[in-house]
Order: sequence, then C-alpha cells, then structure tokens
Amino acid sequence: MNMIQAIRDAHVVAMERDDRVVVFGEDVGYFGGVFRCTQGLQQRFGVQRCFDTPINEDGIVGVAVGMAAYGLRPCVEIQFADYMYPAYDQIVSEAARLRHRSAGDFTAPIVVRMPTGGGIYGGQTHSQSPEALFTHVSGLKTVIPSNPVDAKGLLITAIEDDDPVIFLEPKRCYNGPFDGHHDQALTPWSDHPLSDVPGGHYRIELGRARVHRPGSQLTVVTYGTLVHVAAAACEEAGIDGEVIDLRSLIPLDVDTICASVQRTRRCVVAHEATLTSGFGAELCAVIQERCFYHLEAPIERVAGWDTPYPHAHEWTYFPGPDRIAAAMRKALEA
Amino acid sequence: MTVPESPAERAAVARLRFPSAPNRPGDEVRFDREPMGGPGEVPRPAVDAAAEVIHDIRHGLVRVLDDGGNAAGPWASGSLGRQELELGLRDMAIVRAFDAAMLRAHRQGKTSFYMQCLGEEAVACAHRRALAPGDMCFPTYRQQGLLVAAEYPLVDMMNQVFSNSRDPVLGRQLPVFYSAREKGFFSISGNLGTQFVQAVGWAMAAAISNDDRIASGWIGEGATAESDFHSALLFASIYQAPVILNIVNNQWAISTYQDMSRGAAPTFADRGIGFGIPAIRVDGNDYLAVHAVTEWAAARARSGHGPCLIEWVTYRAGAHSTSDDPNAYRAKEATAAWPLGDPIDRLTGHLRAAHAWSDEDQRKLDEDVRRVVSDALTEAESYGTVKEGPWSDPASIFEDVFAEMTPQLLEQRRRAGF
Repeated sequence: MNMIQAIRDAHVVAMERDDRVVVFGEDVGYFGGVFRCTQGLQQRFGVQRCFDTPINEDGIVGVAVGMAAYGLRPCVEIQFADYMYPAYDQIVSEAARLRHRSAGDFTAPIVVRMPTGGGIYGGQTHSQSPEALFTHVSGLKTVIPSNPVDAKGLLITAIEDDDPVIFLEPKRCYNGPFDGHHDQALTPWSDHPLSDVPGGHYRIELGRARVHRPGSQLTVVTYGTLVHVAAAACEEAGIDGEVIDLRSLIPLDVDTICASVQRTRRCVVAHEATLTSGFGAELCAVIQERCFYHLEAPIERVAGWDTPYPHAHEWTYFPGPDRIAAAMRKALEA
Repeated sequence: MTVPESPAERAAVARLRFPSAPNRPGDEVRFDREPMGGPGEVPRPAVDAAAEVIHDIRHGLVRVLDDGGNAAGPWASGSLGRQELELGLRDMAIVRAFDAAMLRAHRQGKTSFYMQCLGEEAVACAHRRALAPGDMCFPTYRQQGLLVAAEYPLVDMMNQVFSNSRDPVLGRQLPVFYSAREKGFFSISGNLGTQFVQAVGWAMAAAISNDDRIASGWIGEGATAESDFHSALLFASIYQAPVILNIVNNQWAISTYQDMSRGAAPTFADRGIGFGIPAIRVDGNDYLAVHAVTEWAAARARSGHGPCLIEWVTYRAGAHSTSDDPNAYRAKEATAAWPLGDPIDRLTGHLRAAHAWSDEDQRKLDEDVRRVVSDALTEAESYGTVKEGPWSDPASIFEDVFAEMTPQLLEQRRRAGF
C-alpha cells in the first residue's frame, strides 16, 4: 500500500469498528478527496457518515467540535494544511481547551487531518508545515507519519484517542519515500518494507518514536518527509547516522531521543518548516537540557529558510540531502 | 441619480458611511430606527411552513402581551396556564435576584468579575422551559436564565462564580462561564461566536444518531459579525440541521450599537434570507412570545423541517460586565425609555390581568425568591470565595489538559512542587 491507501484503510477500519466515526471535509464525500484519501467511504458507509462540506474550514472544525461534544468521533480533512487558518480559533480556543475548561464535562475527541509540506510545486499556499502552530498549544496532540505502516496505525490510534489530534500527512510521501532528489524518479512505496501494511486493526501508540535507520556516529532527530531525506543523506555522505522518526511531536518520545543522543554524542535536528521558532527549537532545548554533558558538538539545526515557500525555487527552500549532509559533517567535525 | 463630473465632487459624494449610534449621552432618546410593531400583528405560520412564507414576516415583531397585560393574536396559544406562568415569573425573579446578589458579592471582593442579564431574563428563561429536557443549548455568557429554568442548583452557579472549593470547573474559567451537560448547557467560551457553529454540529450529530433531541445555539447581535455566525447558518442550511439559531439583539455590544454588526440590512432576521433559513423577530421581553416562538421552532426542528433563525429583540438594561460603565457611551435615560419594557413587570401584569395574581401571591413569591438565593449564597460562601479561598487543589491545573497526563505534564507538575 502507498500512504494514501493506508490512510484510506485506516478510515475503513475505524468506521467499521465504531459507528460514531464520521468523516467530512471539502471534496471528501462523492469524490473521495483531492488526494483520494477518503475514496470509497461514502459508497461504503453512506452519506450520513462521509459527506462533502462547503469551503469553510471554520465550519468544518466547529461542526466537528459540536459533534464530538455530542459523542461522535469526527475525523475531518482540511484540504491543505495551508488552509487551516480559518479553523485555527476552533482548534486552539475550542477543541484544545474544552476538556480542561469544562473540567471534563465536555470533550472534543476529533481528528483534523491535513496534507503538509512542499515539493509539489504548490507555492506558498499548498506547501506549508505549520506543526509548531499546533505543538505550542496545550491540549492538542500533533502526529506526523512518514510511511504507510505508521500512517495507518497512527491514524487508527488518533481516531480512537479521547483528545483532539492534528494529523499531518507529508503529501510528498503519499506515493513514495521521497528522499529529496527531486530531479530523479520517485521510488514507489511498493518497493519499500514500510509499505507492507498489515490488514485489519492495529494501533501505533502516540508518543513512541521509531528508529528509522540505526547508526553510531550521530543522531538525526526528524519527522515526516525529512526522515527519508536524512536517511539518504547518511548513505550518500557515508555517515553512520541514526535517524529517529518522531511520528508524534506531542506527546514527544524524549526517552528514545535522549538514549540515542547520549550514545552517539552528536545531534542534528531537521524539519521542513521554517527555522525560527520551529519545532526544532523545542527539540534542541529538550536535548541540551538532558544530554548537555554527553554532547561533543553543538546541536545542528536544518530547516526551511525563514521565507514563504517559493514556487519556482522550492528546491532552494527545501532542506534536501546536501543541507542535511553538511550539517552532519559540521556536527562530526566540531 | 447623477454622477458629479469633477473628481473632487465625486470624491465628496463617495465618502464612507461610518454608522453613528443613537442614544449617546446628551442625545434625545429615540427608538425608531428598527421596526417595532404592536401585539398580535404577526401571523403564526404553520410549523411546516416554507421558508419564503416565514420570510414575509421578518420585519414584523412577534408580540403577545399588550401594555395592559392582555395576551393577543395568533401566538397567544393559551398553552401556558397560571402554573407555568408563575414558574416563569419565579425563574426570572430568581435570575434577577441572583444577579443582584452576585453584583454585591463582586463589590465585596468575593468574585473577580460578573455579568448580569438585567432586562433580558425572559429570553433564556422562557426558551429553556419551552425546550425538551435533553435538548442542548450552546449559550453565550448572558444566558444564566437557561440554567435557572433548567433547575440547575443555584449554589453550583455561585460556586463557579466564586471559583471556590466546590466550583464544578475547578477555578479554571472566568465567573459565569458555566458548564452543565446534564442540564443541556454547553461549556461557555470567551471567544465570541464559536459556540454557534458547534450547536449546528451537535444538532447534526443528533440527527445522524437518529436522536430526536435538538440543539439551540446562542449569539449576541454584536458577535453575528464573526465568521462562525455565517458558518453556522451555511452548515445549518445545507444539511437542514435540527437547530434553533438564536440572536439576542440587546442593542449594545459594550459601547457598539447594533448597526455595526447588522450593516445596511434592516434587521438581523434578514440574515436568514440568503441562506434560505426561516427567520423571525420576536419581542424578547414578552415571556409568552418567547415561549410560543421557541415551542414553534423546536417543533419545526424536531419534526424534520430544519433550522430556524430567531432575532430576540431586547435591551441590555445593565452594564456589559462589572468592568464596564455604560454611562460613558449611552444616555442614562435610554433604559427607562425602552419601548418593550421590563420582562418581569410585563409578565406580572399579565398574571394580574388574566390570572387573578394578588399582592399576597407577589409577597409569597418575593419571600420565596429571597430565601432560595440567600440560602444558596450562605452555602456557597461556606465553600469559599475567589479572594479568601478555599479553592480547588492548585495541582489540578495539570489535569484535563489531556485524558491522560503526558510525561511532560507530569514532569512540569513535579517542578511546580506537587
């Protein structure tokens, strides 16, 4: 399965197991979503459980919060993460705080899925990675899979979770483990072990990172598309780096990160989102708090530049294998 | 109409219009900018009437009670007997006495903040009594009448206002931001308008679940300017959700007059037209009118005829909150001149005119209301006040962020000394 099929399968499994699960968003019903992640759900489960909405993200999430307060389990799609800003008040002020502000009288177990990241010639409005705008908010869980096996297990767990979960899908990896070499043909998921998606129901607990590539010389802490880019950078630069795929940013698997960094003693933090106040800043802070006396070199940070995501020059923006390799060399040379 | 030829002349006539409110301090008081109308004038459409039929009456004002306390017209259904009317009067009197007690408590430092609903009691009280027990309201901060009319314990309301050791929401929320799921009262937000679209979601969920309960969303006329209002109308319209969409038009959003959020449309009920949602304007200070229209809208929603938009025309007789002084922006004389009067006086007048309500009945009610509010206050104070305590356990701030505390929160709770 590719990541789209895995996400679709997660929906099917969740909707079959629990008739409180409802799915809606722009183009998700009849058409099955612009990325086809909800294809077939309306035919299979009926229009009451999978339906189209108007182009109104505020309404999509606001309605989801009301449905969750009733007792349903809405899993909604925002067509691109870049479009979530009209829904931000409903996410931050409502979904994230409802349990706390009502002392558990009402809760908002919703999943808000949104394709994230660039590399598809999407320009500044179809390429953003806004994860730090969610991780900064108390009461939200923020999940980002990098492969089909994780995507299915994490999405099932997210739908079953009793709290609101932001589910970011790195769209550049929908069809294959994109390694940053945009000028080469994409290797499809079919040739990759992480496309061997188990059938039926399984969960991947939120807050458990995965060692994507074991290594001894340094640790690369990353998530989403850059998991594959970092692994490629290690191979190409001949560096035995350990690549950690966080999978979930909140809750964060601090133990896996720190065990690796304390062993390798060198660390690179990488993400596609803009650098300043990105989630990498949080990772650097956590790592230096807990691993300062183990570190042999300053933690290196690789990220998108602090610019809007450019259209023609997206590969200038994108932190590809060369930038990650350069950061790894710097961490090794210090 | 001619267009001036010179650029300077064209610029002069193309100037923006900045709405100016009536009844500013020093102005002659007038209430003639929005349509009013007399009792009994507006027809009562069938519960299954088409939206267009109902739109024809959107500039009228559904009124039942006349100045003499008599019920008139097609909305005076007679469904409310003396017992129900007494209950309504008692609900409103309790709300008013409760508000007065909380304002005193604020002056005494027992709470940090309060918001009264003086003059608007009928809207929430009659509405809640006309709904079915399981129906869910998504209120603003000025619908305490929903809780009182649902017979939520006054002491729990006061515990919340005092943020004391028995506060149901553990001191986490501003005073009056109640949450009472069992009484059909959704947790209050401070971000205006967000609850309006959530009400539509709740109603959609009920319909999806084959449940005949309905939702009732609330918003002030000022907050109809927020996008959530328009989102709510659109979603309610598309899916024909079983929801009542209530706009409480109390004329003032702090210092901002209603036309700032209404724009050039004559009424807020006009907002329903573009969405094909039946819309109706009601005298919100008329307990009988509020009850009748709510019953009608609830029956409509419950029988599969979709949403309804109701503009409750009322008047914020008090300050916006304890942090506000309306004398700085509105004429002191305006409240007394409000043409739709006071909801408690009007229902009392009706009881006297039509149900032989006596001075002795009134004395008994006053005594009953004084006692229940006073007893609740004594009990609530025994559980603490915001300044003096006792409060909820401070370590509880780390709870309910998530269903289960994350390792990060556990660590922070330890660092906070718990």
